[in-house]
Amino acid sequence: MFGSFDTDVIVRSLPYLFYDGMTFTLTLTALATAGGIAFGTALALMRLSSFTVLSGLAGAYVNLMRSVPLVLVIFWFYFLVPYIGQWITGSPRPIQVGAFASSLVTFTLFEAAYFCEIMRAGIQSIPRGQRDAAEAVGMTYAQSMRYIILPQAFRNMLPVLLTQTIILFQDTSLVYVLSITDFLGAASKVAQRDGRLVEMYLFAAAIYFVISLTASQLVRIIQRRTAIVR
Amino acid sequence: MSYTWNWGIFFDVSPDGTHTYLTLLLFGAGWTLATALSAWVIALVFGSIVGVLRTTPHPWLVRFATGYVELFRNVPLLVQMFLWYFVLPEVVPRAVGLWLKQMPNASFYTAVVCLGLYTSARVAEQVRAGITSLPRDQSLAGLALGFTLPQTYRYVLMPMAYRIILPPLTSEFLNIIKNSAVALTIGLLELTARAREMQEYSFQVFEAFTAATVVYIVINIVVVFTMRRLERRVAVPGYIGMGTPVH
Repeated sequence: MFGSFDTDVIVRSLPYLFYDGMTFTLTLTALATAGGIAFGTALALMRLSSFTVLSGLAGAYVNLMRSVPLVLVIFWFYFLVPYIGQWITGSPRPIQVGAFASSLVTFTLFEAAYFCEIMRAGIQSIPRGQRDAAEAVGMTYAQSMRYIILPQAFRNMLPVLLTQTIILFQDTSLVYVLSITDFLGAASKVAQRDGRLVEMYLFAAAIYFVISLTASQLVRIIQRRTAIVR
Repeated sequence: MSYTWNWGIFFDVSPDGTHTYLTLLLFGAGWTLATALSAWVIALVFGSIVGVLRTTPHPWLVRFATGYVELFRNVPLLVQMFLWYFVLPEVVPRAVGLWLKQMPNASFYTAVVCLGLYTSARVAEQVRAGITSLPRDQSLAGLALGFTLPQTYRYVLMPMAYRIILPPLTSEFLNIIKNSAVALTIGLLELTARAREMQEYSFQVFEAFTAATVVYIVINIVVVFTMRRLERRVAVPGYIGMGTPVH
């Protein structure tokens, strides 16, 4: 049972777990969220566009990403990114891409599909009259999006976007399949080196739980603060 | 591109000497479906119970159910998988631990339990949302007619709630199929694991992953199509499927 529970192994590995592991996890989460929201918003605008080619392309992309497991997408991009890099830079052979860059590309492109659906709902929640009004005062499409629609869509969708970020934070643990040292990867490496699976995995679970629960409580507060009284 | 395509690779015999790569991928798809369907049963049963508990007028039951949902929602699925597979056999009495470790197909049973409970927290949230979306008069009317609280749930609230949450339940079912790929980390040879294995043996990375992707998409389409038909069959005329429910 818990008789042989060794807290010392956790204390000894704290610097490694947080300085190496958690830094990777949080940086990946933050950058992938920023990239995912930017690309996802662009996708949402494409999906809502009246050019059928654009909306069809964006729709196909989103549906494809949403019907395959993230683990498979991680494998896909791990092998695909070197070829994409070769194609972009025009080098004669597939380029070497680091673990961080590869996972960043993967999570940005994958989560963009989910952020796209959120932003689409946000844009559609703005009454059509506002677009018409923007056009009537002489704004271009870009201006009406930039100054009228998107700021409101972001505000309405802020809690959902943040909740998706918490999901993204938990999902980053899947980079484990590429043997990357994220927080879980670090815990797992210590666990296997020292034969301390029980301690390390329970500790990792507790840390994920505390961070996710705290974050979701904060989202609830933000939700109450940002709600527009209608 | 320095990548050489070879689509005929699927009909080559894999290193196990008897099966072609295609057969192995299909075995993988079978395990994916078996895992997802078995886990779905657990998710529906536990999710319904916990979702109902969250709407009951008993504060302790609500607190327990809320804790259950928060616990399973705030730990990544992969970590939960490791807890069930590596940690559980160590913290139970030695004999039980040994039995768990020596069980044939241990990774399958572990994946089913883990995925089932993980998804049950999400199903519980949907069930709760379905019940609370019903007008309060419905449960009051049920109680006024002399139904007990369990009878009110069984005959009045649940039949409506399930119909209302059918579309989100479909997404949860699609999620459980996709999430079953996480079980490759504990050694379950499901579809993604088979594609990965094929990539390692044959070096035809993109053919292997394309095949797996196509199978996942086909499964998705079949599920969505079947659920649409089910939604139409069980729809309550004038209540569901007419946009937002009219209260």
